[in-house]
Amino acid sequence: MALTGIEIYKNYLPKTNCRECGFPTCLAFAIKLAQREVDPSLCPYLSEEARQALEAQARPPIRLITIGSERPIEVGGEVVMFRHEKTFYHQPGIMVRIRDTEPPETVLGIIDQVANYSVERVGLELGLDGFAIENTSGDSTTFIRCIELARSKTDMPLVIMSNNPTAMNKALEVASQGRPLIYAATRDNLDDMVGLSLNYHCPLAVYGPGGLEGLSELVERATGAGVEDIVLDPGARGFAESLTTLTQLRRLALKRNLLGYPIITFPGEGSETIEEEALLAGQQVARYAGIIVLDHFSPALVYPLLTLRLNIYTDPQRPIQMTPGLYTIGSPRQDSPLCVTTNFSLTYFSIAGELESSGFPSWLLVCDTEGLSVLTSWAAGKFDAEKIVKMLKEFSVSSSISHRSLIIPGHVAVLRGELEEELPDWRIMVGPREAVDIGGYLKRNWRGDLS
Amino acid sequence: MPPLEIPREKWIGRVNEVTLGGNGRREIKIGGESTLPFLHFDGSIPNRPVVAIEVQDREPLDWPPHLVSAWGEALRHPQTWAKKAVEFGADIIVLRLRSAHPEEGDTGASEARESVDRVLSAVDLPIIVLGPEVTEKDNEVLVAAAEVARGQRIGLGNCVEKNYRTIAASCMANGHIAIASTPIEINIAKQLNILLCDIGLKPDTIIMDPTTGALGYGIEYTCSVMERLRLAALGGESMTAMPMLSDVGNEVWRQKEARFTEGVPPSWGDHLERSIIWEEMTATTLLGAGADIVVLRHPRSVEIVKGTIEKLMVRV
Ligand code: B12
Ligand code: SF4
Repeated sequence: MALTGIEIYKNYLPKTNCRECGFPTCLAFAIKLAQREVDPSLCPYLSEEARQALEAQARPPIRLITIGSERPIEVGGEVVMFRHEKTFYHQPGIMVRIRDTEPPETVLGIIDQVANYSVERVGLELGLDGFAIENTSGDSTTFIRCIELARSKTDMPLVIMSNNPTAMNKALEVASQGRPLIYAATRDNLDDMVGLSLNYHCPLAVYGPGGLEGLSELVERATGAGVEDIVLDPGARGFAESLTTLTQLRRLALKRNLLGYPIITFPGEGSETIEEEALLAGQQVARYAGIIVLDHFSPALVYPLLTLRLNIYTDPQRPIQMTPGLYTIGSPRQDSPLCVTTNFSLTYFSIAGELESSGFPSWLLVCDTEGLSVLTSWAAGKFDAEKIVKMLKEFSVSSSISHRSLIIPGHVAVLRGELEEELPDWRIMVGPREAVDIGGYLKRNWRGDLS
Repeated sequence: MPPLEIPREKWIGRVNEVTLGGNGRREIKIGGESTLPFLHFDGSIPNRPVVAIEVQDREPLDWPPHLVSAWGEALRHPQTWAKKAVEFGADIIVLRLRSAHPEEGDTGASEARESVDRVLSAVDLPIIVLGPEVTEKDNEVLVAAAEVARGQRIGLGNCVEKNYRTIAASCMANGHIAIASTPIEINIAKQLNILLCDIGLKPDTIIMDPTTGALGYGIEYTCSVMERLRLAALGGESMTAMPMLSDVGNEVWRQKEARFTEGVPPSWGDHLERSIIWEEMTATTLLGAGADIVVLRHPRSVEIVKGTIEKLMVRV
């Protein structure tokens, strides 16, 4: 459990008020430490024991772990149960499992598809994070061959899956520089796997099904032997088991400072169809997974999953937003259409994308609405005639275009009257409600010569 | 080693239990939980969350072809549509009086009465009637619906800040449930519940609709507001303890991901598969945030989402 300022002051600080930490008193420093706002090393007079205790206190309750080396991902580091309490910081890595029993062409095919998969949303490129290579064959030569094949194709992070320490050792000989996650230490092989994790400096997944006490015991053995970077697999596979167990683990970490490590999940093992696998993975995005290993790759299922991950891991205090300004879509001329929108990224990219495919190069005036969508900002009084007029001036729109026609979003058709009053020499055109219909609208209504 | 003690929440509140249906109509209870969604170890969940299927009072013209073909001829009339919805596993029928929208037909009380009556006679499931979300029209058609369905405990929405008096009066006079709808804001949701109770509605005759954002279109805001409402309810704040409804299909099927086959990036994958999972994933995510009723459109999502609820209702 987190220490209070008083506890820190009483038990760990020198109480000399020497001010070298930059605070007037040891107590003042203690209070900042309790809030995780300062680094304990600012006090030069800590005993070794105090230093260790305070460093532990300063760490997030769930350890942040790096997997991979060329294009590493960081997982864990979370501090809350619900995103509104602060935010979720490190989105779960989503990987695809490859079994070493697959023929090499299949392996190469999957790697190719997954590694090259990328989908754009709100101006961000979303993609998957790596591969889990499993020693399904039980044969170490086949396993190594598969890992080498993967490594020859991609530098994405790997999870290496085998319960056999000998096979794992061989795998790490060829793959350890990539800092893969070793999966997994179990009750039967723990000491050997711990040895490998320490030898090769790779993070270690601990698999302890059948109750968190068993898992906790294994983790304690691993940490006792010196392993710090641990990933948990509590073996909870189905929807209900996963939700219950992952929630309990998050609570234990946050409220009791126990088992504070990221969790790896295998939604394919807890579902009957690949659609269900995607839904379970979605549940795990929202509820506490650190790494999600899929058994199937299908763009139609991965795209919604990546979208959900982006949504859930967006900071609730800060919508993803655009810098206000006059944007060009394609290479507009002076007589090209002029549209106006808000600076919520989702809004901007919805309309910008449609303008782009409409065949009409255009001007897009992006108003500062503090990152709110069209209707939200209108309802909040942040997107009105006054604001639009101000933006038209601020970005000298009149000097870029030869006409005086302004297309407004259909959802705010009510602004038309006000705008006509404020801009008497302009023609205010009410566009369609949905961005997808802008192409058709322009075809029907935009005639450069009339504008 | 000391035994590992799992931290449990000691909630003092409980979600109100609301009954829809009755008086010859099949009854269904929703809400009543004293724990967060599907966390059986902290409290009890006496009623599983349910899946409602949306039926419109006239053939929808803006649905993508594959959604239309999943229903076929049934879409022609609300009563055949509703019957089919029963076959597809609906727990509740949501009848949306869409033709009452001033831009989509501007039909009035008599048409509303007729549509509601047809659906009521066609099926014996509990029913929720939604207006076109234009306040004056909502009043007109919902009052008519309330009278036709007198005594059958149907849900009536949208009951919003602007028209709550009318809708509440109609609910009280005819024994119905108000669907109180607010724009993703916890205080506004609470405020509307207070207003409704102040003028005489019983707390257990209110269902909240805190507004749905679809996956990729504001779902994170909806999730957080629903989570906060539910946490407040379990924490003992009675004016947030109403069960929640999410109008999922209506939001999802407006989005490009659900509607379009052509002119979208290949990375969006197969259209049929993508559009359906868009609805399913929106629904399951919101169920995880506290929805007690999700309103869906595609028969396959109904099946899958119901199956998922079933799995999550198993105590582990
Ligand atoms: C998410 C959301 C929020 C989020 C904010 C998200 C954000 N960053 O904007 C939060 C929770 C903060 C919020 C707050 C509020 N919200 Co709000 N919110 C929504 C919600 C669920 C989705 C909005 C969204 O993101 N849409 C997606 C974007 C892309 O849509 P868009 O910007 O409109 O863009 C589309 C089109 O307009 C078009 N388009 C865009 N630009 C252009 C340009 C041209 C030229 C053309 C032709 C087309 C076009 O393309 C896009 C795709 O088709 C909607 C309800 C819903 N389900 O839609 C309510 C909604 C918009 N909110 C509403 C309200 C009332 C509010 C509040 C005022 C409530 C309150 N009193 O607190 C506050 C205001 C904020 C504040 N006080 O600061 C109402 C508005 C009602 C109305 N008709 O006036 C809505 C409709 C909910 C409702 N049914 O009541 N909201
Ligand atoms: S540096 Fe250390 S001893 Fe000095 S005031 Fe700060 S906390 Fe106290």
